[in-house]
Amino acid sequence: MADQSVAQDANELRDAALGLAEKAAELADSLASGASDAAGTAAVAVQGSGVSPTVLGLTVFVLACFVGYYVVWKVTPALHSPLMAVTNAISSVIIVGALLAAGPVEMNFSKMMGFIAVVLASVNIFGGFIVAQRMLHMFKKKK
Amino acid sequence: MSENLSAFLYLVASVCFILSLRGLSSPESARNGNILGMVGMAIAIFTTLASPAVLSYTTIIVGILIGGAIGTVIALKIQMTALPQLVAAFHSLVGLAAVFVAGAALYSPGAYGIGTAGNIGAASLIEMGLGVAIGAITFTGSLIAFGKLQGIVSGTPVRFKGQHMLNLAIGIAIVVFGVILVVTESHTAFWILVALALVLGVTLIIPIGGADMPVVVSMLNSYSGWAACGIGFTLQNSALIITGALVGASGAILSYIMCKGMNRSIFNVIFGGFGAEGEAAAGPGGDGDRSVKSGSADDASFIMKNASSVIIVPGYGMAVAQAQHALREMADILKAEGVKVRYAIHPVAGRMPGHMNVLLAEASVPYDDVLEMEEINRDFGSADVAFVIGANDITNPAAKTDPASPIFGMPILEVEKAKTVLFVKRGMSAGYAGIQNELFFKDNTMMLFGDAKKMCEEIVMHLDN
Repeated sequence: MADQSVAQDANELRDAALGLAEKAAELADSLASGASDAAGTAAVAVQGSGVSPTVLGLTVFVLACFVGYYVVWKVTPALHSPLMAVTNAISSVIIVGALLAAGPVEMNFSKMMGFIAVVLASVNIFGGFIVAQRMLHMFKKKK
Repeated sequence: MSENLSAFLYLVASVCFILSLRGLSSPESARNGNILGMVGMAIAIFTTLASPAVLSYTTIIVGILIGGAIGTVIALKIQMTALPQLVAAFHSLVGLAAVFVAGAALYSPGAYGIGTAGNIGAASLIEMGLGVAIGAITFTGSLIAFGKLQGIVSGTPVRFKGQHMLNLAIGIAIVVFGVILVVTESHTAFWILVALALVLGVTLIIPIGGADMPVVVSMLNSYSGWAACGIGFTLQNSALIITGALVGASGAILSYIMCKGMNRSIFNVIFGGFGAEGEAAAGPGGDGDRSVKSGSADDASFIMKNASSVIIVPGYGMAVAQAQHALREMADILKAEGVKVRYAIHPVAGRMPGHMNVLLAEASVPYDDVLEMEEINRDFGSADVAFVIGANDITNPAAKTDPASPIFGMPILEVEKAKTVLFVKRGMSAGYAGIQNELFFKDNTMMLFGDAKKMCEEIVMHLDN
């Protein structure tokens, strides 16, 4: 009699454990799907309306201002003229925009503007770097 | 080329530019730095050419060849004394290029991936408006600065009543049309904005006098950087943003150094120059009846030959007379006689930052003989001779002693502490600030009247005998 009741208890316990396991599995499933839903939402946020390119650009801009500030203060005053020539040449990296405008096949107004900008920026790039090089070659140490 | 790869290459180019500026911290590293700058530019250009948006290369190659040839010829032919106007002219080109790039972005936004015509994002339009306005101001402002430095436009400040009000009105109009551009994307508003900014560039720079040009040239240098930045934001290109910020910071720091060298604020330089104050200050001078001691080249060569230490103070007059080569010859002979010869450079000597250093370097003066104001000022007390050639205001002791003087507070080279001061000057005319230099009337000052170059050549002749 006692054995029977023990066996019955054991069966009940096993059923209860099974039920618990099922519940746990369900919970895990729902958690997992919730997590993947959240991940999906996050991914959409990154691709879509997360940080705008303008803000990213602003981040780069502000950091570059700091870099520029510290680098330029280190420039020796004797080389301030070459510094102007070099900065003038590198600011012509604006040619990147000009190339994109001059890139399309068909000729139109914006391609014309792109072409003119390419010419102007090239004058600067070549002129600026060459003049800077000429100046820097003149600075000599005491013999 | 994938977008990620090109973004990475633009970063490499930006790092090259940063290192090229870093190289300028000493003359030894500067040449390599400059080459690094060229490498960075080549990387940026090739990266752009490899992007899928660029399909036709003929126009581009023709453009680069034309521009490159013009730039190369100009850079090789230009005389070092003409450097300030060359730099001003180059700045104007950056400004104009910015205007055209912004225009191209407005007319075919598809090429830049910022939307379709009539449907450009507000952020892009704001950035475009800023870039184009700064670009246009840089263009005409630099042209005027070029004209003044070249002598095409009068170097004297052009002032008229209501000047500031006019500038303010144009500035407000620019903002208004900028807003219209952003809201309606109207091409007409864009071109009106450009036209107004072009006018503002002229009216901002004409009231600034010749000797304030170092500040103006640096300021325009800064503007050309900010213009590139604005375009960089429109195109969402990090290389443009970084480089623009570097150039903008560089120009701003140079302007600050120049202003400090004159003890004036940037607003004072832009809105009220020496010209107006000079007229008032010239009144109570009354120096006509005081006598100055004038000497000949023979006297000067005798004094310097017997000195043990000579400090040469060059100014814009040396550049005008192209006297740097004759001056170096004079210094060489003195050095051979055992005289210690050094050069003292004031931050605002000349017409652009570092102008004197380049001219002396051109005449093969070793750069370790050329010292900045802070380094050499204390040595004037132990120098036998201060040889001032083509400089005036930057030696005027009134800057320290006379609170009523318009240049009061400006740091000066303390030449009056030397045992003898030799002043090479064409006549008794006042300096740029329009005030008389007390130093001319001191007992230990000897005026050497004449052209700077001729005077140096004569001194060389006498030293040789």
